Amino acid sequence: MPTSDYDSACLPDLLPLYYRRLFPFSQYFRWLSYGGVSKNYFQNREFSFTLKDDIYVRYQSFSSQNELEKEMQKMVPYKIDIGAVYSHRPSQHNTVKSGTFQALEKELVFDIDMTDYDDVRRCCSAADICSKCWTLMTIAIRILDRALREDFGFHHLLWVYSGRRGVHCWVCDDAARKLSVAARSAVAEYLSLVKGGEETLRKVVLSDPIHPFISRSLSVVEHYFPQYAIVDQDILGNKESVDKVLALLPEDIKKDLIEYYQNHKEPMKRWDRLRQLVDHKKSSSKKGGQYYDKEIMLQYCYPRLDVNVSKGVNHLLKSPFSVHPKTGRISVPIDLKELDTFDPFEVPTISLICEELEKPRADEAEDEDVKDKENEQEAAERRRIRDYKRTSLAKYVKVLDRFLDSMARSRKGEMLKKSDLQKDF
Amino acid sequence: MQFSGRRKKLISSSQSDLYDHCLQFYGQPPLDNISLIEFETFAVERLKLLKTVENLGVSYVKTTDQYIKKLEAEFLSLNFPFRAEVDDRKVPGVTSEYEKRRKDHISHFILRLAYCQTEDLRRWFIQQEMDLFRYRFGILSSKHKTEFLHKNNLKYETVSAEEKKYLRDKLINSSYGLSGITLEEYDFYRVPFQDALDLVRTRKVYLLAGNAYIPQNEIVTIVLNDFRTRLSKALAVTARSLPAVQSDERLQPLLSHLSHAYVGQDYSIQKNVGKISLEQIDPLSGKSFPLCMRHLHKALRENHHLRHGGRMQYGLFLKGIGLTLEQAMQFWRSEFVKGKVDADKFDKAYAYSIRHMFGKEGKRTDYTPYSCMKVILSNPPSQGDYHGCPFRHSDPELLKQKLQSYKIAPGGINQILELVKGMHYQLACQKYFELTHSVEDAGFSLNHPNQYFTESQKLLGGGQGIKKEVEMSQKSQENPPSASRPSQANPKQAQEEMGDLDSFFQDE
Repeated sequence: MPTSDYDSACLPDLLPLYYRRLFPFSQYFRWLSYGGVSKNYFQNREFSFTLKDDIYVRYQSFSSQNELEKEMQKMVPYKIDIGAVYSHRPSQHNTVKSGTFQALEKELVFDIDMTDYDDVRRCCSAADICSKCWTLMTIAIRILDRALREDFGFHHLLWVYSGRRGVHCWVCDDAARKLSVAARSAVAEYLSLVKGGEETLRKVVLSDPIHPFISRSLSVVEHYFPQYAIVDQDILGNKESVDKVLALLPEDIKKDLIEYYQNHKEPMKRWDRLRQLVDHKKSSSKKGGQYYDKEIMLQYCYPRLDVNVSKGVNHLLKSPFSVHPKTGRISVPIDLKELDTFDPFEVPTISLICEELEKPRADEAEDEDVKDKENEQEAAERRRIRDYKRTSLAKYVKVLDRFLDSMARSRKGEMLKKSDLQKDF
Repeated sequence: MQFSGRRKKLISSSQSDLYDHCLQFYGQPPLDNISLIEFETFAVERLKLLKTVENLGVSYVKTTDQYIKKLEAEFLSLNFPFRAEVDDRKVPGVTSEYEKRRKDHISHFILRLAYCQTEDLRRWFIQQEMDLFRYRFGILSSKHKTEFLHKNNLKYETVSAEEKKYLRDKLINSSYGLSGITLEEYDFYRVPFQDALDLVRTRKVYLLAGNAYIPQNEIVTIVLNDFRTRLSKALAVTARSLPAVQSDERLQPLLSHLSHAYVGQDYSIQKNVGKISLEQIDPLSGKSFPLCMRHLHKALRENHHLRHGGRMQYGLFLKGIGLTLEQAMQFWRSEFVKGKVDADKFDKAYAYSIRHMFGKEGKRTDYTPYSCMKVILSNPPSQGDYHGCPFRHSDPELLKQKLQSYKIAPGGINQILELVKGMHYQLACQKYFELTHSVEDAGFSLNHPNQYFTESQKLLGGGQGIKKEVEMSQKSQENPPSASRPSQANPKQAQEEMGDLDSFFQDE
């Protein structure tokens, strides 16, 4: 496993190296400028840094890529969060007349955290994850990505691994960035199916008619459920987890299953029996629409998102390519084309990529003094591009590149459309 | 708007087409002249209408027949337009449809002036106007609905028949109650999802590529959103030009009065002053007090003290049921003295505030007992407080326990808790009334604690009914010679009997 032992004590040494030679500043700046269409979009963006010894500073803003680089290299943040684009430069917010400093735009974001599934996963709990429960993230991404694109019409979604136990989604469309608080919360609630806290047993309740969104989401869940829940999580394997499942069923089905399970131990058979009984009850019941089996599948697998993260226009969320101080892993974009093979334990740590940086380059010709006239920044940039390309970080920066290219193409298309319309008369 | 003395001027004809639909978005302010009398009357009547909307909205679910009937009755009595036809026959004594619409238009704008000043006022005004609009739009015919949409530039495209067919199953499964037949009959509108947030949030609509497919019967929600946005913006604009209006001395007092008015019986004029004796308060608290006052009374008896919020809410209530200042003084003092407060301290610290309540100090304002709205919405209780509305402010578990201790039937308690869950606090209190008085229907729409008391006393027959019962029982006891009670029908005896009956009702 290419992790190379990470120790958080090394951060003070590794971070400066990371920010000097590996952090993809130009792509980062390109992203947050959004083609320069809106004036001062980058300059009015809030960043927050967590520095050494947990010192937290908000309202950081920068007037150029160069300033961003210099400041980050100087302050060496342990954590970086991205906030909203404000009406004025966040770093000057104290000079602005009270009430006029406002958050104007921000990407629509989602945060899926594995701890929110603790009541339904047996393999791990709290901050731990493993390959068995990672499937939950895969399911979440598939369901939400589809819904955000097909139902809501968004096109530019950046999915990012948080570095420890979850994933984030950044919806970067123009329309998404301009959404109001009410709209964001409406989108998040539309996407929410699992409701209730510790005192709620049945967290998913379905009734007729089943909305197309639920049907589509169910088919994703049903695809993964047998391997994930019955085999990997073994939810029908031992008494404790069987009891949890049975608690979600009506008395008559429960009784039948308890008896059946006395004599049948094979989990898949147990699940099949459960489904049969539910089917039978549905077809013989006049009340119609009883979906206990589907509710169970959704309760165990459907994405659980924190509405509060998505609601606020000024909410600060961990930045892509920041380091997770506890695991050392870089918060990297996820290529959806390779989603089923994505392995969070393969994601490079800061120690690994710094190590890869130091490895002698056997295959490259060193041309330090190629162009005399090139200035300091360009030289640093080219060096950096050569640098990260030598490390495991490369493929993840490529994902961001492709994402940015696609947005740029979109913007061009929009502009052509607009100018076409104008040329009409 | 120009305000000229007391002259009434003819309405300019350019405005007449504004009134060709009974419903409007109030986009354009009225331009004609109006007398001060009309100004005041229109405003007060609309305020009454909005207060009715508010009360009914709390007491009934907004789509039920009861709600619709009661609101319609109010429209008729206050002469506001709600029917679609312009029937402009000038029948003497009857307000023409045209005049009703004009009143609707003008009164709305006047109330904007009164309600634009603070966040709370604006929120209240927008909420009632929206409920009012929802009701009026809802009763329009389909044809008139479409007319309204087109007239107001809500350019939502209708979905073609082919697309409807293609999306048939998806559309049917997205909207509750939509069948294949209605799918074909109904028009569907393609609306950007940002304009249909309420339907999106609850997943009651089909979404595709960022558009919501709204059946024509749901279009009211969309329209309401638009209405709210427009009104909200307009109120902000109005607030900015308010100083100019307020400088007009004729208008300033009226506008100020409007935004503070509680239109309805305010129990400031006590009808039964002196008719309640202090000894009756304990039994009355169990019989005829609403839960909040029963709670406060109990806390007072137990702790021999109440904090300011509780003293205000309970003290004014007691004033409303007829306690005189002297009685109130005696009541509070005797209770506080049992606690940590000695008579001197009471006279120094608390007596003043009681006299204040009765209007005998300071501004000499005769404070009015709090309405339910006031109790529910303002000054939430904190640790150590006993005021507020128990249905609103108590933890449901504690509320349940308390109701159990008052021997309310479990079925009834569940009904109350359901209402509390749905935030229908006044309805929950009404239910409590019905359960404690053993009646099916309270027969009134609760919005004031003193109203609860009055209605309760009415139901229990007050002093009269009990006297009658006593006389009846005495008559029947006259016959058997071994009657345990002496058959005397003198008032004193009746009073004692009443005392016995009172203790029968006492809960502790």
